[in-house]
Amino acid sequence: MIKAENLVRKFGSSIAVNRISFEVADGENLILLGTSGCGKTTTLRMINRLIEPDSGTVFINGTDIKSQQPETLRRGIGYVLQNHGLFPHYTVAENIAIVPRLLKWDNAAIGKRADDLFQKLNLDPGLKDQYPSALSGGQQQRVGLARSLMVNPPVLLMDEPFGALDNLTRISIRKEFKVLDELVKKTIIMVTHDVQEAFEMADRICLMDKGEIKQIGTPEELLFHPANAFVAEFFNEQRLQLELKTVLLKDLLPESSVGQNVTVWEKMDALLHPGVEGQEDAITLENLMAAFESYKSTAFQSYNSK
Amino acid sequence: MEETQSFWQFVYQQSDKLWSQTLAHIGLTLISLILAIVIAVPLGILITRKKKFSGIILGFAGVLQTIPSIALLGVMIPFLGIGPKPAILALFLYALLPVIRNTYTGIIEVNPAVVDAARGMGMSKWQILTKVELPLAFPVLMAGIRTATVINVGVATLAAYIAAGGLGEFIFGGIALNNSNMILAGAIPAALLAIILDFLLSLVQKISLKSIRVTYLVLPFIFISMSSFYLLPTQIGGRMLGGFTPEFMGREDGYLGLKKVYHLGIETVVISDAVMYKAAFEHKLDVISGYSTDGRLKAYDLVTLKDDRHIFPPYYASPIIRQEVLSNHPELERVLNLLSGSINDSIMTSLNYKVDQLKQSPEKVARDFMISHGLFKEARNGRKGVIRIGSKIFGEQYILVQMYKILILGNTDLGVETKTGLGGTKICFDALTNKQIDFYPEYTGTGFLVLLKPDAATIGRLNGNTAAVYQYVNAEFNRQFNIKWLKPIGFNNSYALMMRKEQAQSLRIESITDLTKYLNEK
Repeated sequence: MIKAENLVRKFGSSIAVNRISFEVADGENLILLGTSGCGKTTTLRMINRLIEPDSGTVFINGTDIKSQQPETLRRGIGYVLQNHGLFPHYTVAENIAIVPRLLKWDNAAIGKRADDLFQKLNLDPGLKDQYPSALSGGQQQRVGLARSLMVNPPVLLMDEPFGALDNLTRISIRKEFKVLDELVKKTIIMVTHDVQEAFEMADRICLMDKGEIKQIGTPEELLFHPANAFVAEFFNEQRLQLELKTVLLKDLLPESSVGQNVTVWEKMDALLHPGVEGQEDAITLENLMAAFESYKSTAFQSYNSK
Repeated sequence: MEETQSFWQFVYQQSDKLWSQTLAHIGLTLISLILAIVIAVPLGILITRKKKFSGIILGFAGVLQTIPSIALLGVMIPFLGIGPKPAILALFLYALLPVIRNTYTGIIEVNPAVVDAARGMGMSKWQILTKVELPLAFPVLMAGIRTATVINVGVATLAAYIAAGGLGEFIFGGIALNNSNMILAGAIPAALLAIILDFLLSLVQKISLKSIRVTYLVLPFIFISMSSFYLLPTQIGGRMLGGFTPEFMGREDGYLGLKKVYHLGIETVVISDAVMYKAAFEHKLDVISGYSTDGRLKAYDLVTLKDDRHIFPPYYASPIIRQEVLSNHPELERVLNLLSGSINDSIMTSLNYKVDQLKQSPEKVARDFMISHGLFKEARNGRKGVIRIGSKIFGEQYILVQMYKILILGNTDLGVETKTGLGGTKICFDALTNKQIDFYPEYTGTGFLVLLKPDAATIGRLNGNTAAVYQYVNAEFNRQFNIKWLKPIGFNNSYALMMRKEQAQSLRIESITDLTKYLNEK
């Protein structure tokens, strides 16, 4: 779907992005993860030509993006920013109609699509005539997302979309977005510096540092098969939590019949707070931990023996 | 004495003039403002795109702003002549800075995330400018336009100095003639105009724009500009054009007398004496109201026309001084009178010529004169007190002030402080009566007609009689204001009509009567 080849971008004498290549498959979520100044935002902005690379090429569906006018290209790619970027002088309804109007949609089609998205995003239709300043941070971010989804673009670029929200709102809105059917089908490239967020949202993570890709792979691969010391150390702080949240029950106990798509973290949570649903299986906290330990050691052995 | 006119009577009587001045004022303000907007808004936008130019352009516009308005007007006369053209250009230059600066600031202050979002959504540069940046910058931009408007309404009063009309005619005429009603008749409408325009623009400022469409702007622009030109005074097409100072226009011993006694019918414009002589020299004007000792008479090759029916009263110069000062410093009277009798008309003209044309400083001219006439003494640097000398705003007064300064410093133990450049007779005289200055050189005719304003019978009785006028003003000033007229210096700087020498000779005009005859030939 999206293919970046040897992207290089310098600002003055410093190299922001140094020979980066990656591919994103149709419907995949790729997270560009890294600390500030690692080049992740620059990389993202080269995909909709907000920044032009010094060299290298980006293909979308096999077509070089330079073959299109930048404006035309951007109208076909959803773009969500950290500070939502809503026009303060436009009402919510006018804000989300910007791209459809650029594409000359008629009012009826815009209205219908807006209603549809408002419902899906849990937005009160009464907000349509409000100005962005009257909305809460969470609402603003939802409207920002709605705006980028209006014309149903196949590709969505998100630059720290939850960055401006407080912690609680961020976690709840993230969960909501994750299961949103509008987003599930899309090819998404998202930039974040939040490791938890990356693990939660990613199909694959592209970990960057100083303008270079350190490793690109599934969360599991990054955790258990780090390509180098940088990657291994990057997750050390929160390693246990990440591991518990990444490994699925079925990876540990393939013979167990229940709840195969549950993470270890969720299973532990259920075991520690029993009561709501009956505990039908024979898994206890102790044997869960033992299984996790052995999974980890085999995973690392296979990495070390490589 | 004539009954004092009330303000409303004055306004009623002069309503035609007031109306045309107000319209001209609006015209000047709006045309210059619109020109400024047309130039300054794109410039402001340009420097947000090319930031390296912003320093130069804002700096240049800032420098324009600091040029004194009357100087700016004066500089333009050689290129643009007199009338509305240079006035509009000057006002335009003054309006540039606030509009450029606020356009720039307004756009720079638009939240970068919003502009980034606009780009990211695929808006073109033009769409971003018209739909995002300008609408969001609009309140700030309008604040700049409001500032420019208020500045322009104020500065447009000065347009009266270069024959561009406007409410300044009343204001400066009133100041020169000591006529408060006239001042107010100009100042109040000018203030109201500023308030009203500012209010109207504040309504515009509150409009919330989703996007700026070019058509929204162009149509009202064209409309306002066209109608503004209509408001300007129509250009003059007579045989000859007279340019008179605001003071001269309103005086019995000036334009009013010319009409009454000589039945002079000439098209006139109001102009400042600072630019009048030059304008005559450059054929922009044919007849001007000058002063008979003016140095520019010599410089610009002008001749005075004979006042064959004696409407201009004598204008002998004397220092006028508060009695209180004389009783505190009795030695002062003798010292100041040392100058008496040493300067006649032609000496004064040549002294003025040195200052006005040869650009020598009044200090130097005064010092040279005092040395050559044996009146110079080194300063004694005494510390007995300080005498404050005032002067009106022209060269002759500056020279006299310097001469008196030399006399006081050399012959007494007093110090001197000079307060030169007091705008006109009224300002100078008010400074004297309010004890802000101690004395200044005044002219008998001015004291007689402008400050005392005697009734018609007294004028008829005394006019033309030099000694009688002097005695009358001295006595009346003493009685009314406790101010004394010291001995006349000797020269008579009376009003005179002047023409270019070659034109006067070729038309054989020697007196004002000749001029009237010529103008009446059709």
